[in-house]
Amino acid sequence: MIPSIKQSSGFNTIYKSYMIAFFIFLAAPLMVVAVFSFNDSQFPSFPWQGFTTDWFFSAEGEKIGIFFDSELLDSIWLSIGIAIVTTLLSISVACTNAFLFERFDFPGKSFLYMLMLLPLVIPGVLLGVSILVFSSEIANYLEDYWFIDLESLRPGLTLVIIGQFAFITTICTLIISARLKKFDRSLEEAALNLGASPLMAVFTVTVPFLKPAIVGAAIVSFLMSFENFNTTFMLVGSDAPLTVAMFERLREGSTPVLNAISLLLMLGSGVLAIINITMSKKSS
Amino acid sequence: MSSLRVTSPFKLGLWLLLAPLCLWLVLLIILPHLELLVFSFTEPEDGSFTFGFYQEFFLEPLYWRTFVRTAVMSIMATILTLLIAFPVAFYIAKMLKGRSKGIVFAMCLIPFWVSELVRTFGWMILLRESGVISNFLQWSGMSAGPVELLYTDATIMLGLVYTSMLFMVVPLVSTLDSLDDSYIEAGYDLGGTNWNVLREIVIPHAVPGIVSGCIIVFMLSLGNYLTPVLLGGKDSLWFTEQIYTQFITRFNWEQGSAFGLLLLLLSSLIVWAGLKLSGQSFAKTMG
Repeated sequence: MIPSIKQSSGFNTIYKSYMIAFFIFLAAPLMVVAVFSFNDSQFPSFPWQGFTTDWFFSAEGEKIGIFFDSELLDSIWLSIGIAIVTTLLSISVACTNAFLFERFDFPGKSFLYMLMLLPLVIPGVLLGVSILVFSSEIANYLEDYWFIDLESLRPGLTLVIIGQFAFITTICTLIISARLKKFDRSLEEAALNLGASPLMAVFTVTVPFLKPAIVGAAIVSFLMSFENFNTTFMLVGSDAPLTVAMFERLREGSTPVLNAISLLLMLGSGVLAIINITMSKKSS
Repeated sequence: MSSLRVTSPFKLGLWLLLAPLCLWLVLLIILPHLELLVFSFTEPEDGSFTFGFYQEFFLEPLYWRTFVRTAVMSIMATILTLLIAFPVAFYIAKMLKGRSKGIVFAMCLIPFWVSELVRTFGWMILLRESGVISNFLQWSGMSAGPVELLYTDATIMLGLVYTSMLFMVVPLVSTLDSLDDSYIEAGYDLGGTNWNVLREIVIPHAVPGIVSGCIIVFMLSLGNYLTPVLLGGKDSLWFTEQIYTQFITRFNWEQGSAFGLLLLLLSSLIVWAGLKLSGQSFAKTMG
């Protein structure tokens, strides 16, 4: 089954066709989404009515293109904002976590490490509702006993960010720890010998070494936040981020404007994916 | 050992680093789930202790049937994903070398950087009555009229397998990568057939990858919401949907909490069983 072992040509042909079929399976849904964003029709389906870019650029009439659909545009900006804040938060905590787990020994470390991994196995919907319940309880308590009305503890943007942060931090921690593990401690000691304070040594030697991992984790975190649906959907208030807005439209029955935005998303995440993959290759 | 960890700044540093971790875990993970636990046992009227919400789950067939259905379909989706992904992972890890290997592997990864919503939308366009496949079947004469391929269990299964494919392929490729070709060659030299080599050498070596892939895929399927709702239609009956309904539509948080904990219990049980059966540790499998 490996190249050095000869197989019958029939076997090889079947195996190759299987691989090709697999890649068609992977690509098919993405291809049709892309193709139908150019269909000159009210529905993203057959019959093909001719090529148009109206679903991107048309400002008025029956077809409102994505660049003029203020509802979807607003939700894109909202999602970008949420993703930036979530990324900054997750990366900061992930860095401290990585140093904690890689550099320190303390009682209960392996237990804490296991707890840290837990968000990976909690279904997103559940993470969302548990944070919803908990924050509402705190909000109710504050309102009843202290007469403080904390709007940010009610469903809305703050909760969405908190909910996404809760699981994205784990992923960022794993990415940054993996890189910190490879760091040669003697470099840091050299800095210390040259008179740097421990903190200075970390910031001038270790952090630059971690930079590729931090950028990689930031890309992953940005996309996970931007594309998250399950947790977001449970915590969302009146302003809908992109995934929620798209979901509502999909249920109503969609126009090809959704294909157009999907195509843009594909291009965006494709570019980020390629940056990330080439970067991780370079750093390893 | 190191100069960073000799004196009292070490202790201070430790506490400074422990603080964000503990705040995050306690405030966002542990306490919220404890709160769910408390909620699920509390009578909303007078705050007294009750088993009522769990009783409701077992007494109402719709609820426990949805639960069992979700579990069974997730297990099936996991097995199916493994069967489809294994040959692909083997091909990437063992049949390809150098540049082409990197490219093919990247081709596997890139579709999954795209939002799940977009991927599911793609399947809707392909499968619906006026969709691509239905039109193709009519055009080629294989079907007389439009065919509705959406809103069946098979569609949900397809969506689940597609969505989680990456999380099976990646761990499989990385374990199969570490299998030295010479072991496989030795297997053949000793007169083994393809099947023997696969069963005696390749699969035993791949067990860690299989376990972590299966666990992740199972968790993702169990917790999935978009795929069953969009591809399964109104009668998709997925347990996360029940949780959503209880919390958001009916505003019955106590019942929803009980459901949530049952889901968590089920997923923990299956993950634990998977780890026990294969003798793997949680930290190693996830990290």
